[in-house]
Order: sequence, then C-alpha cells, then structure tokens
Amino acid sequence: MTTDVVLQARGLTKHYGHVVALDNCDFDLRAGEILAVIGDNGAGKSTLIKALTGAVVPDAGEIRLRGEPVTFRSALDARRAGIETVYQELGVAPALDITQNLYLGREQRRKGILGTVFRKLDKPAMRRGSARQMADLGIRVQSIRQKVDTLSGGQRQAVAVARVAAWATSVVIMDEPTAALGVRETNQVLRLIERVRENGLPVVLISHNMPNVFEVADRIHIHRLGRRIAVVEPGRTTMEEAVAVMTGAKQPEDLA
Amino acid sequence: MTQLDDAVLLEKEDRAGPLRAALSSQTAGPLAALVLAVVIFSATTDSFLNAGNLSLIAQQSVVVGTLALGQTLVILTAGIDLSNGAIMVLASVVIGNLATDGNVFGALLAGLAVCLVLGLLNGVLVAQFSLPPFIVTLGVLSVLTAAARLYTDSQSYPIDSAFLTALNGGPTVGGVTITYGVLLWIGLTAILGYALTQTAWGVRVYAVGDNPRAAALTGIKVKRVLLSVYLTAAVVYAFAAWQALGRTPTADPSGYSTANLDSITAVVIGGTSLFGGRGGVVGTLIGALIVTVLANGLTQAGIDSLYQQVATGILVVIAVAVDHFVRTRQTR
Repeated sequence: MTTDVVLQARGLTKHYGHVVALDNCDFDLRAGEILAVIGDNGAGKSTLIKALTGAVVPDAGEIRLRGEPVTFRSALDARRAGIETVYQELGVAPALDITQNLYLGREQRRKGILGTVFRKLDKPAMRRGSARQMADLGIRVQSIRQKVDTLSGGQRQAVAVARVAAWATSVVIMDEPTAALGVRETNQVLRLIERVRENGLPVVLISHNMPNVFEVADRIHIHRLGRRIAVVEPGRTTMEEAVAVMTGAKQPEDLA
Repeated sequence: MTQLDDAVLLEKEDRAGPLRAALSSQTAGPLAALVLAVVIFSATTDSFLNAGNLSLIAQQSVVVGTLALGQTLVILTAGIDLSNGAIMVLASVVIGNLATDGNVFGALLAGLAVCLVLGLLNGVLVAQFSLPPFIVTLGVLSVLTAAARLYTDSQSYPIDSAFLTALNGGPTVGGVTITYGVLLWIGLTAILGYALTQTAWGVRVYAVGDNPRAAALTGIKVKRVLLSVYLTAAVVYAFAAWQALGRTPTADPSGYSTANLDSITAVVIGGTSLFGGRGGVVGTLIGALIVTVLANGLTQAGIDSLYQQVATGILVVIAVAVDHFVRTRQTR
C-alpha cells in the first residue's frame, strides 16, 4: 500500500544547538486524505512542516514525493514540486483584488509581442481563471475584481486557500488556517478544506483546535518530543484520548 | 450556469476597462478637486482661464510633477524619498559643470549616471540592509545638499546650451506653447502608469508596499522589487533635472530646496497612500497640477501667496484623512 502515499518522510532529524526539534521523525500523507498534525507547543510540529516545505533543511532523514526521493533546499524547491502552503497570518495583499492575489508572483502575460516586448498582463485570462477557481471551490464573492480588503476574514482566508489550491499539484499544507477566525468563518474554511480534498489534493492540516481536527481529518498524526508517536483515526479514538497521548498522559500502546 | 454567467459578466466589464481605471475612486477625488479649483478661479478672476495661463500652469508644474512621479513609486512601496530634490540638484550642477566643455550630451548622461548611483545607494540601503527609507533618504539629502555646494564652490552654472534647455521649447498651437517638458511629463506618467497597472512588475510593486510578508511568501523577490523601484525613480529624477535646466537655465546648488516635500505633497494630494500599496501616477499628475493651480489662481485673484501654502496644507491633511478613513473602514 505504499503506492498511495503521496508525501513520506523517514527518520527526519533536526538539531538547533542542543535542542532536538526533530528526533528521527516519520511522516506519511496518503492520496485523497486530510491528515491533521497535532502536538503540544514545542513538540516540533512546525519544524516538521518547515522540513516538508523546504523552509528548514533537516540534518538527517529522507523525504519522498510519490515514492521519489526529493531534497528541498528552499521553499521554492518545495513549491516547484507542487507543495503549497497556507499560513496562519493571512497571506494576502489587501489592496490588491482577488484575481491579483490568486496570480501574485505567477502573473500571465499576453501572447505575442504585447507580452514579450510590452510585458502586458493578460488580465481577461487571469480573471477567467480566478472566476473558475473560486467557482470550483464554491467560494462566493460579489466580483472577482473586489479588493481583498472589502472581504471578511473568512473570505480572505478562502482567497489564500484558493491561491494555494490553484497552484499546488501534489500537496496542500495548511498551518493553523483558522486560528485568526471566528466560529462561522472557521466553518467556511473547514468546508473549503474538504472541497480541496474532493478536488483531488491531499491536505496536511496543522491545528490546535481539536473539534476542528476531529471534524474534518481522515487521520491524525500525533507529534510529541520531536517525533510521530501515533497515528489515529477520529472514528476510533476520542478527542480526550488523542489529547492524552499528545501531552504524554497516556502511552500510544494503551489506546484501544 | 452561474459560472458561465460570471464569465460573460467579466468579459463585459473588461471592455469598459481603461475608462473605468482612469475614473477609479483613487483618481476621482483629486480630479474633482482640480476641476473645482479651475471652475472657482475661472469664475472669480478674469485672467485665470485662458490658454496662455493654463500652459503656464502646466510648465510651472513640470519639475516638481516629474519628481513626484518617482516619489510615487517609492511611496507605493510604503517608503518615502526625502532625497529626490537633492539628487536632481546634484545631477543638474554636474550637468552644468561638465557642459562648460561643450559636450552637452555627455554632460546629460553624466547627470543620469549621478541619479542612478544615488538611486542605487538608496535602494541598497533600503532593500538589502532593511533600513527605514525615511532615515536613509534624510541622510542622503543632508550629504547631497552639502555635496552640491562643495562640488560647485557654492557657485551656479549658467546654461547656454540649446540642447540642455530644449525641454522649455516646443510647438506653438494657436499662440500657446506646449513645451517638450510638459509632453515629457505626460509621457512619463503614461509609461509609468502602464508599467504599474498593466505589467507583473506593477502588481508586485503594489504587493510589496501593501503586504511585504505575503508578497515574499508567494515567491516575489521583495528586495529586487524595492531596488528596481529606487532605480526607476532615479531615472525619473534625471529627467526632472533636464526639465529644471529648461525652466531656469541656471544650475544652482541651492535651488529646489523644498522640491522633495513639494513632491510628497503632490503624491499625497493625488490620492496615493503613505502606507503603501494604494494610489498611482495619474493621481500624482493631478495632485501636482492642483498645487500649481492654487498658487496661480490665488495670485490671479490678488490674494497673498501665503494663503496658497495654507490651502495646500489643508488639502494635504484632507487627503491623508480620507486615506486613513478608507483604510480603517475597509480593514476591519
């Protein structure tokens, strides 16, 4: 069953001086799933995510993408491999409109001399593309030309997710995507995460919010002391048990 | 179904694009203020509304207006350039000095080189060393103000070259001169406006000014964009130096001492936000015209020119207040 593993890590290790942030850590993300990553503060989840997105180069260990070994020296390497990340702090430019945000850093130019010599943007094509992308994800806005600062916090994060989902070809990683949002807006983003999965991209969801995690995740990677100590499924394990394992109050072997 | 409808709707909107963009909310306010000022002065004075006076207003706006175009680029990245007037003055005295040998074309190129080196200095200090633009350009302003006087021994150079003063000439239409300097100003506005609104570079300039962290996360090389902005602004300042030599055919090291602040005034009145990411060069062109129209109109009306400074000051505060209101209302 290794063929359906999209992103895999074995034995990732990272030291910061005497501090061990990753201690021989394993990781598996399967095709078509939402994998939540939970862990206490300082457990090393963010270092794990940084290693998977190229922001940190591990001291040891191996990362495989669809079975092929990969080495990410920078965030750009991971992006080129089709791994895109949504960050907790809203990663959008509020003074730009939705289309400009979706295509930021990847603008399309006109065909022919207008594009090559005059560097003219193909705004109609980008507007069509972003309208299609927003529709695919079921995100409702008045106009694709709306500036992002006219949107609510949930809609803004939806634009950030749409951006990432539009360009990711392998994996979407979401680092605390709902931390800054209210209850209703959080629910919108959770539906959006499910929509991304339905559209065929596996999702890694890092979150502190246990009810959210148990609501949308297919599997839950529990991180403790720099490594993966258990992988549980929401249907078979309770929230209390997962938190107990995460904090060390319960050993993973003791899970039912 | 809805998707198709959306697409059709978008296509329709696109056709109205350029006109819509020109009348966007950011330029609508300044344009209304300009029209209002023109109407008031036309109605209250006999000497304001005639082709000769309007041509004069355009000519009077050109130097600060051109400096303000470069200033706009810098302010869009949430920066500020206090050194632009001093860069222009140093370039003009270098041109004036070298032109005494007769090689006026080489002198002009040397002026461009001066601007580029100083733009590079500002850009590297701001982009590479992440120093605050206000402090960097304040320091450069101070150094250059002294440097221009030391270089010239506090003398000014008379400019007698037809080439160097060419921008003050131009075709006469119906008895009114349209100077090449004014045409150059409008042309630069058009080119920069195109670059800002129609190219990826422009989108990235706005993004870097608006939210540099988000811009960096999308893979935009923020430092490179900042550097390109300071260098582009430097080229614009070189054109301003050429225009200044046409306006007053003397390269004076102590001239244009408030041009930096005047250029910021034009940018702000033109609707560009000092917080970066919002505004544009068309607004700045209008902003520069508003300042000159106020000065010219109040003079025609026989009102003390000190009131022009009062009126400009009030406009600046109104412009900043409107920007603040818009930003805080939208960014809940």
